[in-house]
Amino acid sequence: MTISIPPTSKQPQESIQPRGWLRYFSFSLDHKVIGLQYLVCGFIFYLVGGALAGAIRIELASPISDFMPRDVYNQVLTLHGTIMIFLWIVPVVNGAFGNYLIPFYVGARDMAFPRLNAVAFWLIPPAGLMLISSYFITGSAQSGWTAYPPLSISTPAAGQIIWILSVLLLGGSSIFGGINFIATILKLRRPGLLLMQLPMYCWAMLGTSILVVLSTPVLAGTLILLSFDIVAHTGFFNPVLGGNVIVYQHLFWFYSHPAVYIMVLPAFGLVSEILPVHCRKPLFGYVTMVYSIMAIVGLGLVVWAHHMFTSGTPPWMRLFFTIATSFIAVPTGIKFFNWVATLWGGRISLNSAVLFSCGFIVNFVLGGITGVALAQVPFDVHVHDTYFVVAHFHYIVYGGSVFVIFSSVYHWYPKFTGRMLNENLGRFHFFLTFVGFNLCFAPQHWLGLNGMPRRVAEYDPQFTFVNQLSSVGALLMALSTLPFLFNIINSILRGKVSGDNPWNALTPEWLTSSPPPVENWLGDPPLVTEPYGYGITKEPNVEDLTEGDNTGASTK
Amino acid sequence: MRFPLPNPSAIFTLLLCIGLAIAGIWVGDNVNLLPIDASTNAPVYDELFRVLFIIGIILFVGIVGLVVYSLVRFRRRPGELGDGIFIEGNLPLEILWTAVPAIVVLFVGIYSYDIYDRMGGMQPLQFNGHDHHLMVSEERIFGGIGTGAVEASMDQLNAPLPIEVTAMQFAFLFHYPKGDILSGELHVPTGQPVMMRMESKDVIHAFWVPEFRLKQDIIPGQPTILNFTPTKPGRYPIICAELCGPYHGGMRSTVVVEDPDQFQEWFGKNAKETSLEA
Ligand code: HEM
Ligand SMILES: [Cu+2]
Ligand SMILES: [Cu+2]
Repeated sequence: MTISIPPTSKQPQESIQPRGWLRYFSFSLDHKVIGLQYLVCGFIFYLVGGALAGAIRIELASPISDFMPRDVYNQVLTLHGTIMIFLWIVPVVNGAFGNYLIPFYVGARDMAFPRLNAVAFWLIPPAGLMLISSYFITGSAQSGWTAYPPLSISTPAAGQIIWILSVLLLGGSSIFGGINFIATILKLRRPGLLLMQLPMYCWAMLGTSILVVLSTPVLAGTLILLSFDIVAHTGFFNPVLGGNVIVYQHLFWFYSHPAVYIMVLPAFGLVSEILPVHCRKPLFGYVTMVYSIMAIVGLGLVVWAHHMFTSGTPPWMRLFFTIATSFIAVPTGIKFFNWVATLWGGRISLNSAVLFSCGFIVNFVLGGITGVALAQVPFDVHVHDTYFVVAHFHYIVYGGSVFVIFSSVYHWYPKFTGRMLNENLGRFHFFLTFVGFNLCFAPQHWLGLNGMPRRVAEYDPQFTFVNQLSSVGALLMALSTLPFLFNIINSILRGKVSGDNPWNALTPEWLTSSPPPVENWLGDPPLVTEPYGYGITKEPNVEDLTEGDNTGASTK
Repeated sequence: MRFPLPNPSAIFTLLLCIGLAIAGIWVGDNVNLLPIDASTNAPVYDELFRVLFIIGIILFVGIVGLVVYSLVRFRRRPGELGDGIFIEGNLPLEILWTAVPAIVVLFVGIYSYDIYDRMGGMQPLQFNGHDHHLMVSEERIFGGIGTGAVEASMDQLNAPLPIEVTAMQFAFLFHYPKGDILSGELHVPTGQPVMMRMESKDVIHAFWVPEFRLKQDIIPGQPTILNFTPTKPGRYPIICAELCGPYHGGMRSTVVVEDPDQFQEWFGKNAKETSLEA
């Protein structure tokens, strides 16, 4: 049987690559190093974004604007949103786990374009530093992460331009990543491995990357036009010069609604990897999972104007986008029922990874329900741009994506480091995060319904108590980071050695040593045609290439 | 359709579902999360809210219940080895939970269309009815929500009250063309439809009155229309809901809803001309 061995030629040239911890600070071409670079870099930005969130919640603990000047508040708010989206969630759920896992899943030794991959990562730290330092040098952007003109044209130009430049760099990084993922998943698959045998995260990343490649360039173009309006006084979006401010919103949301799926589809994929391992059961409904990802990708491209129901949108457009948006709930619902069915009848280890994944399910269901409600025009015209929307998207982005990131760290930490995290600390981290999160964001639904708009530094005193409740929740969330950080650092130094496959998982990244060698597997990549074959009476269907294509051969 | 797993008996499950539904409806009917309603639009909104709230509660509690139940029931007990059951899927079940959300969503969509229509959302928007000519026809005027009561306004007694709203950093200005009144507070009588034409002088703002359940952006270079009919006298906040600069949080005003005679009194006191046919 002749099978061409997956691209050994793409293997990083070890001679010029630094080894040891130094390689994490180098222009490494190893997808595993790049993945961890994304993860750690993203987490550092998360701490910065979290500190900004803390500042916001301190300001909002009292109804008057007393903690910081009003324009600084708007800068903090803008930085918080931009950092969390572009420097934490998007790079981590895509870049970090995508780079680390996808080559394993497709049975390759690296990504399709290792050099592009390293470039994509190394765009991020300078872009992030530029964005944050703009606060100290010129004052940063203060028109929200949406940067709607004409506000973004009339606020101080320097900060806004730096904001645009860094978002452009980050968007470029994201596009490079997307191209790389598509190429890797479609072209670098190990011979004999069919698309419908890939672990679900590959499908999620394929869908996400399609969204990235289709929609991010639109954002880039839009921001370039906006920067012309700011520096060259052109009039694309400036109404004083005959521009149209609504066109900007359409273009912006054409990217930014898909962006919410760019933040959450990979999370769906990660959960689909984590649950089967710890429930010892196959992922329920593989085929419907794949179709629902693709349905979400398709529908996700035609729902953007649900962010613009009060922007003078004509009735027919309001109705079209209501219907399209509501229907996203169908494929999304399928996925949730499938996960619950995956739990059902399993042998579930109640460890930190599972707790965070289940926390994700609970939180995201609530966020999805408020999402469908928001999609209804008559409902939305009351709560649009209020704290209700703030609650909705934090249930999605924090309760969803961030919970999944934590879950994934607990799940793959032994793979990254060869050591186990402390489970008790992990569970403590979960409970603190879950309680803090819900205490912080659940009351915000009520605030929005009763009259508190978003993006304000001062509010009606009748909302004081509920805002303070929310701030206490935020404090708990901040504290919950400490056991996590301690656990991560402590376990690297003296965690229990995990062995290669502490979870007895079947997906290919576990069929090698932990941490893996540079070439991922010392021998040939295993052919895993049934990544979720838990509970089969016969031995798992892991074929070893060297043993030919006879079935039933097993590595364990 | 059989689920080949140890699960509570069908009758018990059914009872649980019915119980959940009843509890959901009870909560939806008894927990009020909204401020008072003060326009014809608001009770209609609250009806939609109640229905969505009930569906949401039932789905949320149902799914969370399933997750928690599975975690407890199927948790790995100390010393237990081995895997769960090998089930890769179940077509009838998967069809079921494609169909259920689809039906729920379809119902919600149709129902909210009906609500939108009753709020007047599908009526062509006009400013100032038929006999006045403030509306420049080539202007692209979009948005807002009509009001169910506008049809009634054909009858002269209840002709709609036109108001021109100007928003700027960081204030609202209300101009009553009929009496040429300029005011920082919005005065409106109960029971009479109000038609507002809104335009911004600088950046985007939004007009929001939570007690009316209405919001409309106020956009530079693109006037928008908002119609409503107040019902309950009182003073309600007008809130700017679109980030418009440092003092966005302070950009508020008040709408004073008064009985018609009180409103006439205010109007008479402030009007520059005496053309008070309203
Ligand atoms: C069931 C699926 C969902 C539906 C039906 C839905 C619907 C909506 C709607 C209608 C809005 C606009 C609300 C408004 O501004 O008035 C909105 C806002 C938002 N949604 Fe969702 N959503 C869903 C899922 C998601 C997901 C998966 C994410 C992200 C991972 C997400 C993140 C956001 C964000 C960030 C905003 C606020 C954007 C902003 O104005 O800053 N949503 N959603
Ligand atoms: Cu959206
Ligand atoms: Cu404002």
